[in-house]
Amino acid sequence: MLSSLTPHLPALQVVIPLIAAPLCTLFVNRHLAWAIAFTASVAAFLVSALLLVSVLDGAVISYQLGGWAPPWGIEYRIDAANAFVLFIVSLIGALVLPYARQSIEREFDASTHTYFYTCYLLSLTGFLGVAATGDAFNVFVFLEISSLSSYALVAFGAKRDRRALTAAYNYLIMGTIGATFFVIGLGFLYMVTGTLNMADLAVRLDDVGDTRVTRVAFVFILVGVGLKLAMFPLHLWLPNAYSYAPPPAAAFLAATATKVALYVLLRFMFTIFQFDHPIQGLTFEYVVMPLAIAAMFAASIAAVFQEDIKRLLAYSSIAQVGYMLLGVALLTETGLTAGIIHLFNHAVTKGALFLAVGCFVYQVGSSRLGDLKGIGKTMPWTTAAFAAGGLSLIGVPLTVGFISKWYLIQASLEAGSLLIAGLIVASSLIAMVYVWRIIEVAYLEPAPEGREAKEAPLSMILPTYALVAASLYFGINSELTSSAASVAANALFSATNLASEGASH
Amino acid sequence: MTWDHMTAEFLVGHYNYWMTIILMMIGLYVVVSRGNLVKKIVGLNLFQTSVFMLYISMAKIFGGTAPILTGNEDEVYSNPLPHVLILTAIVVGVATTALGLALIIRIRESFDTIEEDEIFDIEQKMAEHATSTSGER
Repeated sequence: MLSSLTPHLPALQVVIPLIAAPLCTLFVNRHLAWAIAFTASVAAFLVSALLLVSVLDGAVISYQLGGWAPPWGIEYRIDAANAFVLFIVSLIGALVLPYARQSIEREFDASTHTYFYTCYLLSLTGFLGVAATGDAFNVFVFLEISSLSSYALVAFGAKRDRRALTAAYNYLIMGTIGATFFVIGLGFLYMVTGTLNMADLAVRLDDVGDTRVTRVAFVFILVGVGLKLAMFPLHLWLPNAYSYAPPPAAAFLAATATKVALYVLLRFMFTIFQFDHPIQGLTFEYVVMPLAIAAMFAASIAAVFQEDIKRLLAYSSIAQVGYMLLGVALLTETGLTAGIIHLFNHAVTKGALFLAVGCFVYQVGSSRLGDLKGIGKTMPWTTAAFAAGGLSLIGVPLTVGFISKWYLIQASLEAGSLLIAGLIVASSLIAMVYVWRIIEVAYLEPAPEGREAKEAPLSMILPTYALVAASLYFGINSELTSSAASVAANALFSATNLASEGASH
Repeated sequence: MTWDHMTAEFLVGHYNYWMTIILMMIGLYVVVSRGNLVKKIVGLNLFQTSVFMLYISMAKIFGGTAPILTGNEDEVYSNPLPHVLILTAIVVGVATTALGLALIIRIRESFDTIEEDEIFDIEQKMAEHATSTSGER
């Protein structure tokens, strides 16, 4: 029976969490809802692992929804690039749920738990759908499914801090503007090509040439997706959204939301626009790259001055998005590989860090630095996990952060820019400053009297350590991530016209 | 494009697109400039509606009818695909508006105002208060 399901894996990837989501609300019992959500997320993870294994050799799986042949019907198209994204998203999705159960048990009224799981699964559905689909308009629909449920997830934090509501509202306004810009861009593409299938779009855009319409479409899509992925300076929604969201939601969103948006950007730029015309490459070289570098510094420096760890990590996320964009904007295959590797590595690292902060919040009730003095003595395991994640954020050897930085610096040297390589190292030093601030407070300052904080429960520690272990394991043995990333980069890059252009220089 | 293109025919023929641009700019301006949270949502709706118009306009074919099978093979009909896409986009827009308004209700309940600057003041005070009490617990 299982073998008969194999051809339908691309659809199952999205359908499983989609069907499970309303079931969580329908079965009113919150324990049952958790069981359904957990089963669905593990199933989605297994599906994504199977998909990744079957495309790692460079194969492409095309799935026709309802049997309608593309380009008329909606096609799910899985290659190495999106299989890799599906894998990381569903991995985080499955790991955060066991953690979420304990965390929200303490934080929310029992009656709202089922809604939390529903929103969580819908958000997961959206992210997986964005990554799986090969239809441009379908990307918009799934992007909005994931965004709408993310707004709700952020607003769940209102129980602890009412500022979560305004954070969610601002996220909604900016996210909707971003999505609408994206749709405008799609509209222009449809106007000149008459198709929405990505592969078909790529072929037809070739014939259209460098018209004003395609330029406008390019810019609208770049800005729209830029808002979703918190490209500096379009990041204003992110710090509040991540710092006021409930910890499990913050960990899930920080590890997945911006990554999936970055994937959309890669897919549109490399598969659809393919850098057919010089203006597209120039935009990346003279607009995206300076902004990426600005993000690396501005957001890192902002992170140094934060008093709240969640907010600090949120600013650090903006800086890390800068690293990914920098790798991509080099417009070489090595740079793209570096960007994709960092996408995976940062998801693992930031997931671990946000989960560790969630443990602090669970026991101490606050994530402010002033409240966490000497926490290393009372919560040694959590603090150790945080420290390991922090080291990875800096890029210390034997962590995934090092692998990312290694590839990034290699790519920038290959592109002939010693300056960019130097800037990457310099901004890593700023990361050292903000990570050290936390380590110093946690380990070297004396604990205040009368604080009764024990170690967090095992069901929260274990998922945190699973991600920490992943960030160490892939830091030592980067075989799987680097090969997957380079196959993915190759799949994306081979379609573009950049390679030939580079040779002619 | 040169000014030669700016004939009366061009201007009138693209009436829908001019209106789309005007509506889009009004919507975006309202979102950015208004401090009232409900007005922002209204602006967002205008902005989205302009995009709906853009899609519907491009589907129109001169002399085309509704895309319904009539048995006449030479029937000229409008492109139905953008209509379907916009049907989806309208649903997304309604969901966004509903969620936005729901959030505003909750904001009003907990902040007792829906003016952005007043909420900002309250949040500033909360942040200052948190800084001054942090570490004393």
